[in-house]
Amino acid sequence: MPEWIIIGLVSFFTGVAASLGLGGGFVLLIYLTAFAGVPQLEAQGINLIFFLPIAALSLIFHTKNKLIDKKPLLPSILTGAAAVVLGVLLAGVLGSKWLSKLFAIFILYVGIKELFHKKSEKTAENSGKRLENT
Amino acid sequence: MWDNMKQTLQKYYYLLLGAVAGLLNGLFGSGGGVAVVPMLEKADIPPKKAHATSIAIILPLSIVSVGFYLYRQNFQIMDALPYVPGGLAGAVVGSLLLKKIPNDLLRRIFGALIIVSSARILFFK
Repeated sequence: MPEWIIIGLVSFFTGVAASLGLGGGFVLLIYLTAFAGVPQLEAQGINLIFFLPIAALSLIFHTKNKLIDKKPLLPSILTGAAAVVLGVLLAGVLGSKWLSKLFAIFILYVGIKELFHKKSEKTAENSGKRLENT
Repeated sequence: MWDNMKQTLQKYYYLLLGAVAGLLNGLFGSGGGVAVVPMLEKADIPPKKAHATSIAIILPLSIVSVGFYLYRQNFQIMDALPYVPGGLAGAVVGSLLLKKIPNDLLRRIFGALIIVSSARILFFK
């Protein structure tokens, strides 16, 4: 199959998964690292760039629909920005090989949580219109 | 007095929430939403609002992360561009089809798929 078709399909399903609240970022990262052979750190950078326009688009929708709760924004973005630095440093120290193993353990945890999640009213409500993050 | 205390506790909770989101974002370049959405829901924010608000938190953190990743020259912006049009189309189509898709079943399929993927990364890479 030509590469551009594979890229188109993977990115399309990443976008669909993201909009369904399934953690779309994982789809692209898994494709890049487990199938396309891109080193973990490079794949993470690509995934971050990929996320920006999708998040910006969804944020426009959500702001119009008055779905943003402003209270948590300032405190969480402040500590979040500082923690990003720590995360990036840690990623650099670990390097692509160990980082990919840690990432695998992280998605294993998320996968088990998703596979065995309890069907609840929240799940039904979550089926509403939303564009989700990574 | 109780209200004041609740507000202060909530502020500390949001500080913690941000720290978790930022650490995951910087470390894995993704995954912030997995932690942020349930944490916002625990703060009594309704699910739809929690999902939307999580994007408003994670987007600026991702911009900071991108800055560091670019600085460390792990990748070029051009490497990501081929994925953007399909991703945007998928996000729009997915959001339009949402109400017709059985979300519960999809979550389980997605869970199974990423378990298999994690095994591939853990044992065959």
